[in-house]
Amino acid sequence: MTVLSSAAAVEHADRGPLTTDELAAVIGRDIPAGSYVNLGIGQPTKIADHLPVGADGQPDVILHTENGMLGMGPAAAGDDIDPDLTNAGKVPVTELPGAAYFHHADSFAMMRGGHLDVCVLGAYQVSARGDLANWHTGKPDAIPAVGGAMDLAIGAKDVYVMMTLFTKNGESKLVADCTYPLTGVACVSRVYTDHAVFDIQPDGVRVLETYGITLADLQGRVDVPLLG
Amino acid sequence: MSRAQVLESVDEAVAGIEDGSTVLVGGFGLAGMPFDLIDGLIRQGAKDLTIVSNNAGNGDVGLAALLRAGQVRKVICSFPRQIDSYVFDGLYRAGKIELEVVPQGNLAERMRAAGAGIGAFFTPTGVGTPLADGKETREIDGRTYVLEYPIKGDYAFVSAYRADTLGNLVYRKTARNFGPVMATAATTTIAEVREVVPAGELDPEAVVTPSIFVDRIAVVEARQYTVQGAR
Repeated sequence: MTVLSSAAAVEHADRGPLTTDELAAVIGRDIPAGSYVNLGIGQPTKIADHLPVGADGQPDVILHTENGMLGMGPAAAGDDIDPDLTNAGKVPVTELPGAAYFHHADSFAMMRGGHLDVCVLGAYQVSARGDLANWHTGKPDAIPAVGGAMDLAIGAKDVYVMMTLFTKNGESKLVADCTYPLTGVACVSRVYTDHAVFDIQPDGVRVLETYGITLADLQGRVDVPLLG
Repeated sequence: MSRAQVLESVDEAVAGIEDGSTVLVGGFGLAGMPFDLIDGLIRQGAKDLTIVSNNAGNGDVGLAALLRAGQVRKVICSFPRQIDSYVFDGLYRAGKIELEVVPQGNLAERMRAAGAGIGAFFTPTGVGTPLADGKETREIDGRTYVLEYPIKGDYAFVSAYRADTLGNLVYRKTARNFGPVMATAATTTIAEVREVVPAGELDPEAVVTPSIFVDRIAVVEARQYTVQGAR
């Protein structure tokens, strides 16, 4: 199902919130066939199981991994495990026909240079204008570690965020202004969460779909004006 | 003088590294980690080092072993905190090591700039974040960029798959990662390889690091190391 971004929100209030796998499937559905895609470490990795499939039954998306590969295949198992072939999460993976290896400056040129169509990242917070905070809690005892997050955030043509909408304390992670240190400014285009899918638009945040909650109840729990 | 030397041992390859040197260390996690050169550096004993690498050591081997040996004053990296970075974590929390966190693409590009003779460059990565605090910015064609300076090494430690006797290098799969960039960015580049073949046996079209960037080569055995996430 494709939802036009100007259409009214589709409410799925007669069910529960999305599970992580269901959320991964929703994101996979929205990734265009033929695109070059980077899936961030952690939950976004699950989207690999839900990518568009071509006539040959194989995923019709070429996966980029920041450590230096296009055409990344599924996780490796058994005899296929090769310590020289890992993904950005340092998990052993496989190569698909047509794969290419390259060094780090080239890999990040692919991001920064705007060559990737979509990347999907996790987040601590996203602001109403698409600011992303996903690398540092800012706590005094936390060891900062950024990796490729800032390059991905500003580089891909479309930056999707995959996260739960609420913290364990029930606070919305979609916020008017991020309180965590930023990863990138006005860089997120879509926010996919267990309770709703949001499109970050010039005139505000538009709700595309809700899951397990009505639009009215959603607005009551998110302190950002929502266009529906 | 400028030709690469194929040396008999790792110890010869790391000889003469001075206290206080900046050493660029290849690898992404353990893939492409120059384990034997690092072990040689531990034996050699240079201290007060600045290490530039993507991570800050995994487990007890490679970079983690060098940190544990107390030879490192400062780490410049993109992603120190990992599931098995306990050696670094302990030193950092005890205030015994300095950390500069650099976005991964900026880290690569700053070394690329050093190797390519670029004085500085404007990048969009990090704009508006704490990692650009205090840095010069400029608006170019309506977009804001931050000025970043090169990172040059006194030494680069690179793990490649195969060299020829002139020092041309090819790599293997994602173990390539930072190797080709670091090889360009140091005064002295030292490569550990699994095999050296006579000049002429590498396909010139497939050479990744041309010999001009390589100074010393040592042949090492392939390391059987545990991969994170593998069982």
